[in-house]
Amino acid sequence: MGDPMRIRAQAKDGNVLVRILMSHEMESGQRKDASGKIVPAWWIQEVTAKLNDKQVFSCEWGPAVSKNPFLEFTVKGGKAGDKVSVSWKDSKGDTRTDEATVS
Amino acid sequence: MQTRRQTLKQSAAVATLAAGAGLLPTSVMAAEFNKAAFEAKGIKDTLKALGINGDPTASPDVTLTAPDIAENGAVVPFALSTKLPDVKELILMVEKNPNALVAVFNVTPEVEAKFATRSKMGETSDVYAIALTKDGKALFSKKEVKVTLGGCGG
Repeated sequence: MGDPMRIRAQAKDGNVLVRILMSHEMESGQRKDASGKIVPAWWIQEVTAKLNDKQVFSCEWGPAVSKNPFLEFTVKGGKAGDKVSVSWKDSKGDTRTDEATVS
Repeated sequence: MQTRRQTLKQSAAVATLAAGAGLLPTSVMAAEFNKAAFEAKGIKDTLKALGINGDPTASPDVTLTAPDIAENGAVVPFALSTKLPDVKELILMVEKNPNALVAVFNVTPEVEAKFATRSKMGETSDVYAIALTKDGKALFSKKEVKVTLGGCGG
């Protein structure tokens, strides 16, 4: 389990703008440590999001996404008070899910 | 699919795995996470690994928002969007990264075809936003982003 995500979901013009900051190392697999060994890649592979328990968003990432990734997308429909749930899964099989309420 | 040949060429680790266990591992993995596409080098090979044949066409209907100069290659903000109907996926690629593919966003009926994220860039490169339509067409727009090393600004 990683650290909690920061999720902000705002209702705007009948849509919901979701902005997420995840806490993850996103190790690219290109860097070398002090002894010259390559640091193995470790990154978030999949992110999915649900609005009121219905999956609305999914994406796949490579290790090139920045450390502590930022993600923004817009869900059609939705209103204040709806529940947004975001999950990620990384290359080690670790997962985390966090929830936020649309404001 | 020709992903097996590509995978063999690019990754010694996967090559031994595939050789040891036959064709099974690569096909199983493809369903879960498209490893071959994320390990492909260059735009063309990545498109092939994603199952896109033929050259993508430039389109004004695909929008890529990116900075002209990125002072810090570790965090470069990108936004991609399209007004085209029937788009299945929006794909972000940085041509000169070790692996070009950065992210694949699935465009579902419930979300707008408009996403933003941040990516790492190894050096100055063309960045591509590619919209993949349901009938298999790939349309793109690209922009060159200069990466300033040392972070003292351009």
